[in-house]
Amino acid sequence: MATEVAQTTQESISPIFGRLSLESIPYHEPILIFTFLGVAVAGLIVLGLMTYYKAWKPLWTDWVTTIDHKKIGIMYMVLGFIMFVRGFADALMMRLQQAMAAGGAEGYLPAHHYDQVFTAHGVIMIFFVAMAFITGIMNFVMPLQIGARDVAFPFLNNFSFWMTVAGALLVNLSLFIGEFARVGWLAFPPLSGAAYSTGPGMDYYLWALQIAGIGTTLSGVNMVATIFKMRAPGMKLFDMPIFTWTALCTNILIVAAFPVLTATLTMLTLDRYLGTHFFTNDLGGNPMMYVNLIWIWGHPEVYILILPLFGVFSEIVATFSRKPLFGYKTMVWATACIMVLSFVVWLHHFFTMGSGANVNTFFGITTMIIAVPTGVKIFNWLFTMYKGRVHFEVPMLWVIGAIVTFTIGGMTGVMLAIPPVDFQFHNSLFLIAHFHNVIIGGVVWGVYAAVYYWWPKAFGFKLHDGLGKASFWCWFVGFYLAFMPLYALGLIGVTRRINSYDDPAWQPYFVIAAIGAVMILFGILFTFANFAYSIYKRKELACGSDPWDARTLDWATQSPPAKYNFPQDLHIRGRDEFWRMKQEGFKWSKNYSPIHMPHYTHAGFVLSALAMIFGFAMIWYIWWLAVVAFVGVVSFTIYHTFNYNRDYYIPTEEIAETEAKGATV
Amino acid sequence: MLKHLKLPLMLMAAVSLAGCQYEVLAPSGWVAVQERNLLIISTVLMLLIIVPVIFMTVYFPWKYRADREDTSDYAPEWAHSTKLELIVWSVPVVIVAILGVFLAIYTYRLDPYRPLDHTENMGEPIEVEAVSLDWKWLFIYPEEGVASVNELYIPEGRPVNMKLSSSTVMNTFWVPALAGMVYSMAGMETQLHFIADEQGEFQSRSAHYSGPGFSQMVFKTHAVSDDDYNAWIEKLKGEGAPLTRASYLELEKPTIAAPISYYSSVEEGLFDRVVGLCVEENKICMGEMMMLDMHRHAGNLEGAETPDAAATEHDAEANAEGEHSEGMNVLPKSLFEYDKQRSIDGHGHLIGAPSDEGQDDAHNGGMEEISALDVRRMMAAAALSSDGLCLPNQEYASNGN
Repeated sequence: MATEVAQTTQESISPIFGRLSLESIPYHEPILIFTFLGVAVAGLIVLGLMTYYKAWKPLWTDWVTTIDHKKIGIMYMVLGFIMFVRGFADALMMRLQQAMAAGGAEGYLPAHHYDQVFTAHGVIMIFFVAMAFITGIMNFVMPLQIGARDVAFPFLNNFSFWMTVAGALLVNLSLFIGEFARVGWLAFPPLSGAAYSTGPGMDYYLWALQIAGIGTTLSGVNMVATIFKMRAPGMKLFDMPIFTWTALCTNILIVAAFPVLTATLTMLTLDRYLGTHFFTNDLGGNPMMYVNLIWIWGHPEVYILILPLFGVFSEIVATFSRKPLFGYKTMVWATACIMVLSFVVWLHHFFTMGSGANVNTFFGITTMIIAVPTGVKIFNWLFTMYKGRVHFEVPMLWVIGAIVTFTIGGMTGVMLAIPPVDFQFHNSLFLIAHFHNVIIGGVVWGVYAAVYYWWPKAFGFKLHDGLGKASFWCWFVGFYLAFMPLYALGLIGVTRRINSYDDPAWQPYFVIAAIGAVMILFGILFTFANFAYSIYKRKELACGSDPWDARTLDWATQSPPAKYNFPQDLHIRGRDEFWRMKQEGFKWSKNYSPIHMPHYTHAGFVLSALAMIFGFAMIWYIWWLAVVAFVGVVSFTIYHTFNYNRDYYIPTEEIAETEAKGATV
Repeated sequence: MLKHLKLPLMLMAAVSLAGCQYEVLAPSGWVAVQERNLLIISTVLMLLIIVPVIFMTVYFPWKYRADREDTSDYAPEWAHSTKLELIVWSVPVVIVAILGVFLAIYTYRLDPYRPLDHTENMGEPIEVEAVSLDWKWLFIYPEEGVASVNELYIPEGRPVNMKLSSSTVMNTFWVPALAGMVYSMAGMETQLHFIADEQGEFQSRSAHYSGPGFSQMVFKTHAVSDDDYNAWIEKLKGEGAPLTRASYLELEKPTIAAPISYYSSVEEGLFDRVVGLCVEENKICMGEMMMLDMHRHAGNLEGAETPDAAATEHDAEANAEGEHSEGMNVLPKSLFEYDKQRSIDGHGHLIGAPSDEGQDDAHNGGMEEISALDVRRMMAAAALSSDGLCLPNQEYASNGN
């Protein structure tokens, strides 16, 4: 067997350390050494500051063990931003390399390193940035919007979050111990198989995604259950805010699609570890089967990412136009259409694999059909602004920029849906420009809009306006500078994932793209500066519980919301309930009754830490440790089931006190 | 004023200088021209809707801004209009329907598997068999009996009927000036039909990431006159070495930025063996393996239970070496194993294929002495008529039609 050959001739497997040895530490790569030093110094400073301010205990008791959906949501956002820095650093490295490596020049990154960088960029941006962001926003906002006290399974929520963190940590560990995969973000076999990807990089990919994938799937189950079972009394499905609708559709997609990813990666893992032949060239294996399966997950995945942001756009446009959303029912049906259709278009990712005209035509047309409900959504946002009173607050700025940009990306997407056009653009930089156009113009800016919009709800004060606008304009201009040249390069016939090229005439385009990437860097930095500055000036920026004059229930709570969210049960009479409550001059009554709440627990954190150790041991073939960690996961799970001290009641006095005090910054 | 414009002007100049190389927009062959036309048709159709949308996205918020002079048109509860919603659904439907018609027509017309027949005045087609290796392209000209590495010559005005396969991982063959890309995949055959309508030298490459040598997996496609093409073929016949199964295996070893090289002759059926993953001695081609599987699954194994003497002998031999596997009643498993170690270590260094040789010897064990004849005999023992066995062929290519 090829795998056996690899193991016996190239690496010796120690019974204690597996294939981990000093050689696995990339001390001969200066870039990584400096990165490591930077991370280490920054890490030490953070640890020192936390010790100085005695932050360890609150971190553990208030955050790590929390099962409060709001805090978990905020932690997801923190994870997303941290991983965003990592993923964006990868992007800058690629832009710099391609701007340099023209006409015989090799640039500064050898293929071995460059190939890891683009693989890591894709994996991180999708799984640990975009997914973390949308899960975070849904976690924070959705239960508030339906008038619930928490999600349906609060402990599961905590566990899902820490599993995602475990996966993210494994990916980052690969920077300094061993290497990451060099296969592209979807890891097509045979390249990702045992014969062609030796070494631990591909195994980091598999175990990181599997562990994080468990978290994602469970979080999907959790939120579907929450939306179906936890709505405040009286709230019918068609009374739900549109963001909750998009969250529902997204989580149904997660529940339906992520098991496919898990199964596919499991088969690839079996190929690599046990020598099975699902996706090999030999013994009846078929790599094209992997390509089909991964895209059966992969295409719904892009809608998993974008749908919640469609919801965000809808909420923000309605709020800042001071009007209800135009065509609410249409919007719901459009979302549902997209949800269903996203499962019948996967083949458009490989029109060029020789599927024949019948198949290509079918999938080309189904793909274009998705443009219809998407177009409807855009029109609905436009007609929401029509005859409104549009306030140009920072969240609205992001949304308008996003709609313009997403529309352009949608257009190039329909071009790519046409098989003969796709024959020319598949794997070219035109494709890269297209999906960044929709992911940045849709997902990323949607996330920024959501952060600027719900920040006052989460913390009780607004983000600074000027810095927010500076961030937006840097991002906006930077995006067009960075990606329009890639469209042009695609028309020239330049492909993705090259680390050098002969034709010096391509260089100006890559240089412009690199300048654009630097502008985006400033866009990112302005928002980080905004976080710091606004926290510093939080007293002046304090804004009360409803700064935007919003329409949905999430704004009916204090800012930040009390841990029980709503002091009393609500009775919902229709859409935009909070708007109606405000017009009727609603006030919470002073008659409180005890509120049933779950206890915090460290179980999720411990289980995920064990799962991460298990993953690490599997990656490095440290079999004894894998067995120990696995047994640990199973026994700790059983142990946790004996924990009967799970819930408590918040006494009425405490509620009265919290409510009387009001929100504090 | 001019000073501020200097940088943008310089950049624009640089871009326009490069303008002549937008090969997707200014192609040189019928297939790519059709693809370009479709690109333009679809773009124009979509701009009909995209431009107004973008205009409204900017105009509406500005027109209805909160601090406008006259807010009497503010309609705080207006959120539904059946007429508007009908329009909102039907406009995209109409555009998509029109686009869909174009899509279907062009997808059938430009199916890469379809031989070109768009005009009468084409020359005789030429056949080319393209194989993506680590990290170079091999082009076999079966009619001429020659082959070249990293250089493709085609005669102007004559269709090219290309078959593609891969010796290792997936790649795509792409000449943007002539035709869109098609994948090459190991164990499978794909096809591409294209034509060069003008002479020229066109940049060409693999467009699917395939490993450390991917960036250098580029070559030039030369579209030349018939005479120049024939002269080039003659040059290959004069200059090259023969391409045999042995020299193919030598060529197959991973190299980065391999120089152009030529082969004066090509062993009969080599491409079919590449597709069947049986260029090496002692490998059963994929097609035969599938045939074996098919018969096994049909439950037609009576013959296998009373194998003839020769097969029993080999069976015993295989058993003795632990090569025998449950699933393969008669034939040792190693006959069916095709994937080879590509030999890049954990840090991306090429170990060099030769290290495989020693392993392969050890790994094949006693298989050396099994001749093709023995294989046939063993198959006969498995109740398969050897006449009925397909030779390596294209039946199992990914495309069903």
